Amino acid sequence: MTDVTVDFDDVTADLDDVMVDVRGVHKSFGPLEVLRGVDLRVRAGEVTVVLGPSGSGKSTLLRTINHLEKVHRGWISIDGELIGYRRSGGKLHELKEKDVLKQRTHIGFVFQNFNLFPHLTVLENLVEAPVSALRRPRKEAEETARRLLDRVGLADKAGAYPRQLSGGQQQRVAIARALALGPKVLLFDEPTSALDPELVGEVLDVIKDLARTGTTMIVVTHEIGFAREVADTVVFMDGGVVVEQGPPAAVLDDPQHERTRAFLSKVL
Amino acid sequence: MGLTTDSAAAPAGAAAQGAGPGTPPAKDDLASLKVVPARHYARWAAAVAVIVLVAQFVHGLATNPVWEWGVFSDYVLSETIVQAVWVTLQLTAYATVLGFLLGTVLAFMRLSRSPVLQTVAWTYIWIFRSIPMIVQLVFWFNLSALYKELGVGIPFGPAFWSVDTNSLIGTIGAAVIGLTLHQAAYAAEIVRGGVIAVDHGQLEAAAALGIPRLRQIRRIVLPQAMRAILPTAGNEVIGLLKGTSVVYVMSIGELFYRVQVIYGRNGRVIPLLLVATAWYVALTSLLSVAQYYVERHFARGADRTPPPTPIQRARRLVRSLSAAAAQRNRSVMPLNPLGDSR
Repeated sequence: MTDVTVDFDDVTADLDDVMVDVRGVHKSFGPLEVLRGVDLRVRAGEVTVVLGPSGSGKSTLLRTINHLEKVHRGWISIDGELIGYRRSGGKLHELKEKDVLKQRTHIGFVFQNFNLFPHLTVLENLVEAPVSALRRPRKEAEETARRLLDRVGLADKAGAYPRQLSGGQQQRVAIARALALGPKVLLFDEPTSALDPELVGEVLDVIKDLARTGTTMIVVTHEIGFAREVADTVVFMDGGVVVEQGPPAAVLDDPQHERTRAFLSKVL
Repeated sequence: MGLTTDSAAAPAGAAAQGAGPGTPPAKDDLASLKVVPARHYARWAAAVAVIVLVAQFVHGLATNPVWEWGVFSDYVLSETIVQAVWVTLQLTAYATVLGFLLGTVLAFMRLSRSPVLQTVAWTYIWIFRSIPMIVQLVFWFNLSALYKELGVGIPFGPAFWSVDTNSLIGTIGAAVIGLTLHQAAYAAEIVRGGVIAVDHGQLEAAAALGIPRLRQIRRIVLPQAMRAILPTAGNEVIGLLKGTSVVYVMSIGELFYRVQVIYGRNGRVIPLLLVATAWYVALTSLLSVAQYYVERHFARGADRTPPPTPIQRARRLVRSLSAAAAQRNRSVMPLNPLGDSR
């Protein structure tokens, strides 16, 4: 379906090097409409921070991007590839789970409660997906894993089990695990919300380091200071839509919408 | 007893705290006071009662001539009985392995998103939990009466290949099939219980990493589900070991059948039942020990430190007892005499 692909490329051609493209996404849980037409574009190498009150749909948006949640309307593409669907003959065909899993290897996801595999050592946690999903040789995967552990400052914890680590260390392992697949984009779902206050810094430092090296990231968080320091774009969501977005200085210091002002006055 | 509190011991404790000789400890200096453990008088009385009852029972075992220990020792290691034990073990092993394999498949069918698989698994479990095992076994034993030949062909049409039922499935085969199908229905629910006990975040993480579905089950879900599966599965295997005695209805030479044959011949019912009991108890004990170590294996990563093996535990007990004895000699009990037990 070459002509269709060209057609599709035209749609995204209005912006240079768009990595993540979210268009008119709707999502409901039963009668509850959580996303009501979300549009979002993230350029390669940029950090986008999503802010918003709880229940505003920011986590759900993140989960639709790697298809942990199906969208009911609209579409999402990453690096020009539709997520969860295949377009052919003027129709969208739902992908089988096998193909969705393949797409997810391009999308790193870091959970609020880490979700490390407790029965596997730190090294095994990092090696599992590259070996089973990307069919990399184990030795090569282990080398990559050790390099990544070194990068997040946990080279000496390769043989430890997750429960032997502090929350901050677990989250750093989880970030390394997401990086082990060499993803095109990293998604963070409130990565510091489950941590003790004194452990938040070490995790944010790792994310800042990734930002400096040009990793494309979307970070859902409540850390306004982090957004100000690291974000290229701040997106404010409320009631299942993007209320406003722009550079951190604009959105955080000079919000245009009443809802943004109300939210920021509560958290700042 | 060395535990008794008396005022004579107090000055020694005070001395150990560095107070001047002869000076009584200050009233509010709790650290220098002697600790008197709680006394459990009812527990002691109960222990004495239990010991008396056990002694009576053991005395009865040893002196009542009806037990016929001579006959017991003649048979317990005899070739017939050992062979029968082997048959029992084989039936248990086959039915356990095949039953849990089929059960695991059924469990994931019930958990799958396909309504066809769900319905098939649900129906299977419903049917095989509804039929008493003994009824099912007799059915399989009489399979050849229902279907003289088994074959492959077009439904309602001609057969391409067929075989005589009795030559395909021997008596042992029928027993294994019966036990397996029965066991699988229960195993399915046990495995399903273990799988739904695994934190949903684990599945999401595996899915987010793009790990293939079968690999998710084998590498991420099942090892964690094992912790919830094993205690109940241990029950099932032990139940199955004893449950094999039911196949005596098919005249298979397993333990209980052989014992019945022998006492039917010589009339020594009690000692031969003892023979069977002794073997079942011995095998069950072995299985219990094995279960402990298997559970310990799957607990890795669940705690910061793995639970001690019985040997480590025994060593620790000896060490803490001797430490307690040494403390007692110094007549001051520390506030936490055995230390942290974990």
